[in-house]
Amino acid sequence: MIIQTENPALEIHDLTVSYDRKPVLWGIDLSVPYGSICGIIGPNGAGKSTLIKSVMGLIPLSSGYIKIFNQELDEIRLKVSYVPQRESVDWDFPASVLDIVMMGRYGKVGLFRNIRKADKEAAMNALEQVGMEKFYRRQISQLSGGQQQRVFLARALTQQADIYFMDEPFAGVDAATEKAIIQILRRLAGEGKTIVVVHHDLQSVSTYFNWIIMLNLRLVASGPTEKVFTQQLLEEAYGGKLTLLSEVGELMKKEQVPTRE
Amino acid sequence: MNAILIILTGSLVAISCSLLGSYLILRKMAMVSDAISHAVLPGIVIAFMMAGGRDSLALLLGAGILGILTTFLIEFFHQKGKLQTDASIGVTFTWLFALGVILVSYYAGNAHIDQDCVLYGEIAYVPLDVIILDSGQSLGPKALIVMSVVLVLILLFIKVSYKELFITTFDPSFANAVGISATFWHYALMSLVSLTTVASFESVGAILVVALLITPPATAYLITERLKKMLIISSAFGVSSAVFGYLLAYTIDGSIAGAMATVAGIQFAIVFVIMKKVNKARTRSAVLSLESEPTS
Ligand SMILES: Nc1ncnc2c1ncn2[C@@H]1O[C@H](COP(=O)(O)OP(=O)(O)O)[C@@H](O)[C@H]1O
Ligand SMILES: [Mg+2]
Repeated sequence: MIIQTENPALEIHDLTVSYDRKPVLWGIDLSVPYGSICGIIGPNGAGKSTLIKSVMGLIPLSSGYIKIFNQELDEIRLKVSYVPQRESVDWDFPASVLDIVMMGRYGKVGLFRNIRKADKEAAMNALEQVGMEKFYRRQISQLSGGQQQRVFLARALTQQADIYFMDEPFAGVDAATEKAIIQILRRLAGEGKTIVVVHHDLQSVSTYFNWIIMLNLRLVASGPTEKVFTQQLLEEAYGGKLTLLSEVGELMKKEQVPTRE
Repeated sequence: MNAILIILTGSLVAISCSLLGSYLILRKMAMVSDAISHAVLPGIVIAFMMAGGRDSLALLLGAGILGILTTFLIEFFHQKGKLQTDASIGVTFTWLFALGVILVSYYAGNAHIDQDCVLYGEIAYVPLDVIILDSGQSLGPKALIVMSVVLVLILLFIKVSYKELFITTFDPSFANAVGISATFWHYALMSLVSLTTVASFESVGAILVVALLITPPATAYLITERLKKMLIISSAFGVSSAVFGYLLAYTIDGSIAGAMATVAGIQFAIVFVIMKKVNKARTRSAVLSLESEPTS
């Protein structure tokens, strides 16, 4: 079930992506409305990270096109923010928290120019938003998983973008961090920003997201959560994984009472 | 006077190597320098044959081209061939080096060239090889001048593109996402590594170049928590390897390059042992302070 939206923030048309000629995603056709918090869900290896990387122009597309705010990525790169999977970098790198968060400004600062005071202030401001301002001088190797994720989020916030793509920001973080992150995402969405998040925890899907992209190499569903987060579509996406499926069934029952917060 | 010239040249090589080596280590590409220092051999031999002698500029050019080709091949096999980086490095430099060895043995009969003079260039001869102008005035040892130019280039490169190198080393995907090409900066850095390797090893030999590219930065990495400090500290360890290495060689009347590499290794060992103790103490205090960290 693929529900399109008029005048979307993100539009993907007939997208096919391959690694070594082996297609990993094919025939993806979807749109995501402005101001939504959109979850990308699907089993391991479904191509969730691949989808985000293609949107960020990190992988060549075999076919199709992607438009953000009805423009090519290159035209509006400064309006687009990216949070890679936390494990994608070496956290033993000799850098401070502030060093990393400041990277969010590099695109704006431009080639061969130095960081200015305003950039530092923006970075400190972002650290305050994620509750990490006290840690700005700490080496990144001395952070917990949740704190690392907050630093990545702060780096994205300093980009002051209009659309955010995040790869598993809730993976391996403590409950307090998860709550802090979702609050920030809601505030951003309230300001009209669009958020697209790869997510693996089906329990929280219906409380966190108002739009869902369900993937399993091909697109299983895309649309408002209440329309596409159904037992039948989940079975289609996670097909075959029986233990998981019965778990999902249980979850769906619980989800009838939206009390989680 | 000769001692000072040798130490000075050694220090220039050491600082150049330590600076670039810091980036190589953080990019997990330390062994690329080893590959380059071997893979340039065929370039040197071919340049030697074409120039008809030890024309330094021709040798530098031949080696430089091969050095850059090596970094391209390593990246090519890694990206397109899906080889692990280390396998890709191994494949690339062994056959290029072998090609060089064949060329050397083939031409050795009619030319003054042998592996020793390329791979184990002798820093002790630095003061002897001076540049003399047509007017008969001496400019100073060639190696000293070449290495000064190389070091200035490296310092400029790092100063001007510090943040580009920083972001593409830490998080290449994010760099690409904000419009800073990780590939471009990879090749820019590798070209400079090739140049430095080639320029240094004519004067100090390949083994010392590789030792200085890896050991001082690895030592600094154990100590520091900031990239800027790592660059400074590894340069300092590089210089002290050159100074104490010379003194050691003088005392035992041994190979200067060998002594410098040895001192670099000893420094690493000492720092390694000390930092192990320090980290143990740190972990203990970190556990105690865990409760005081704010969570939201
Ligand atoms: N760099 C790569 N080269 C080859 N195959 C890859 C690469 N990255 C991912 N894949 C494959 O593509 C598929 C989708 O991966 P990914 O997008 O990471 O899935 P997800 O994020 O949903 O777990 C998997 O089968 C994975 O093995
Ligand atoms: Mg993934």
